[in-house]
Amino acid sequence: MTSLARKRQNRWNVVVNIVLIVLVIVWSIPIIGLLISSVRPQDDVLNTGWWTVFKGDGDFTLNNYRRVLGGRQATFTDAEGNVLRASGDNLSQAFINSFTVTVPSVIIPILIAAAAAFGFAWMVFPGRKLFFTIVVALLVVPLQIALIPILRDYMKIGLTGSYLGIWLAHTGFGLPLGIYLLYNYISTIPRDVFESAFLDGARPMVIFVRLVLPLSVPAIASLGIFQFLWVWNDLLVALVFLGGTSDVAVLTQRLANMVGSRGQDWHLLTAGAFVVMIVPILVFFFLQRYFVQGLMAGSVKG
Amino acid sequence: MATVQLKNISKVYEGGVKAVDSVNIEVKDRQFVVLVGPSGCGKSTTLRMIAGLEDITEGELYIDGNLVNDVPPKDRDIAMVFQNYALYPHMTVYDNMAFGLKIRKFPKEEIEQRVREAAKILEIEELLDRKPKALSGGQRQRVAVGRAIVRKPKVFLFDEPLSNLDAKLRVQMRAEISSLHNRLKATMIYVTHDQVEALTMADVIVVMKFGVIQQIGGPLDLYNNPQNKFVAGFIGSPPMNFLEAAIEADGDDIYANEGTFRLKVTAEQKKFLTPYIGKSVTFGIRPEDVSFSNTAKDGVTINGTVSVVEPLGSETHVYTSTSKSQVIGKIEPTLVPAPDSKIYLIPDMAKAKFFDLETEQVIN
Repeated sequence: MTSLARKRQNRWNVVVNIVLIVLVIVWSIPIIGLLISSVRPQDDVLNTGWWTVFKGDGDFTLNNYRRVLGGRQATFTDAEGNVLRASGDNLSQAFINSFTVTVPSVIIPILIAAAAAFGFAWMVFPGRKLFFTIVVALLVVPLQIALIPILRDYMKIGLTGSYLGIWLAHTGFGLPLGIYLLYNYISTIPRDVFESAFLDGARPMVIFVRLVLPLSVPAIASLGIFQFLWVWNDLLVALVFLGGTSDVAVLTQRLANMVGSRGQDWHLLTAGAFVVMIVPILVFFFLQRYFVQGLMAGSVKG
Repeated sequence: MATVQLKNISKVYEGGVKAVDSVNIEVKDRQFVVLVGPSGCGKSTTLRMIAGLEDITEGELYIDGNLVNDVPPKDRDIAMVFQNYALYPHMTVYDNMAFGLKIRKFPKEEIEQRVREAAKILEIEELLDRKPKALSGGQRQRVAVGRAIVRKPKVFLFDEPLSNLDAKLRVQMRAEISSLHNRLKATMIYVTHDQVEALTMADVIVVMKFGVIQQIGGPLDLYNNPQNKFVAGFIGSPPMNFLEAAIEADGDDIYANEGTFRLKVTAEQKKFLTPYIGKSVTFGIRPEDVSFSNTAKDGVTINGTVSVVEPLGSETHVYTSTSKSQVIGKIEPTLVPAPDSKIYLIPDMAKAKFFDLETEQVIN
């Protein structure tokens, strides 16, 4: 590379970095504000901005979290040492509900999608291309179209309001993208690997479990992250198929309710919002390697 | 061990492309048979049909005398080594080699014993705990071979196993596979596009082109007695020189006349060339069968101009332009003729070949 080109490259890198830094700041400020507000007492939140804590005034408290996480009656101690009782928002129950909904809603479609992708990519059966085309076409169908017909069928067989119902709904809605993503990855595994296993005497099921699944870990992980974030953040599907009753309500529903019932209680809303956010943030931080890998899946030779 | 017999085997792909056309090959027990030909000649397809990875459209395939057309690959008792190794990237070398045995539910001790034994033969014992990506190309190929060895199959199939290796390693692995064959005393069928591999490794070479077998024979047999122009040109490096020449009688003698020079044929060649008097044939001479001369001599020398000289140390290749074509000659390394100078090459006429211009079959 000539020195001129290198100079230009450097200048371009500087520009890119500046843009990235600005974006990070723009995205981070509200989150930091949210976090700080959620640990400030009610009076402080209402009277001063969250940035004033950097001047050193103001207290910190975990009472907001106790209240939003607690059950019908939350017990906590205020700054003066008084024991107070107040109605909680039961987010801990919703937290468990969210997990109950999310974990199977991630695992089931991934397993089905991996098997389907393997079939589409490597097994010969009549109608393979047609079925795959249909699957890909389903990618562009908005799920809202399917809500009402599915709900009516659920009513008939009594699946509404059950976890099984919402697992199946998320499975169905997640499958087209899942199959498509995993197909792209699995179809890049060299043919020789399968043929070799075939000659070794492996049946398709063995090939799937012993070869395809382990080899697809990066793609499966990234699909898992996508599906997890989508299901965790979903409000619509949960509202339609699970209903709003408090024993099954997921975090997003509970948070939406809080916005309605506690519109002024910023200290509680921010704490609630942070409880909802914490899991996706953790997932992202711990699995970001796969996140990037997954987006790149198939584009470069592994 | 095992014999393999292909009887009139054909492969027609969807859309009517005939990849393999009525192939007959008989592989004897413990033989090393090499299928060789340019890409697209059907050699790999033939091998894949033997393995069971491709259906046989027509014909019969026997392994050890049993018809196996409809026997699934895993029950044919064959093992195959692929061009790009086809190792399982997420498994260690040990697990790669043990995979086939585990699936066949061999007892653990026996798997261990067989893998260690194969690793010892291939000198990869210290690599058993590594993953394929931590191995070099040559090591990977060894593991791929090891995976075949542990199965103790009736027949080993190799599909261009050395093409992905660099030239030096290829020569080394070539010798190793040959010695492996001697050691295991197994029946092996080997596919390659490299005629050097074929010549050096094979007991029997099968030369293919466009799905049709051109000739079957031992390495020297193919080299010395090619049946047609294709085999003559394919076996040997640099390839045999071909010149179009008219056969003419001059007194008692018969000459092959290229235009600017003519070559007197031997008494034996005279017998079968007599019917061709007045016609043109393809005259073939191998580069190693010509020698250098300073002067032109009617009936003896090929006359031309030097176009390229390639000194190789052990010999010199000289590309000679005649009036119509090019002749490559292997001459002594001390001789380095200058480009564009006149050159005279004396072909050893006893080793020259004549091919029919239309059928391209050898005339004899």
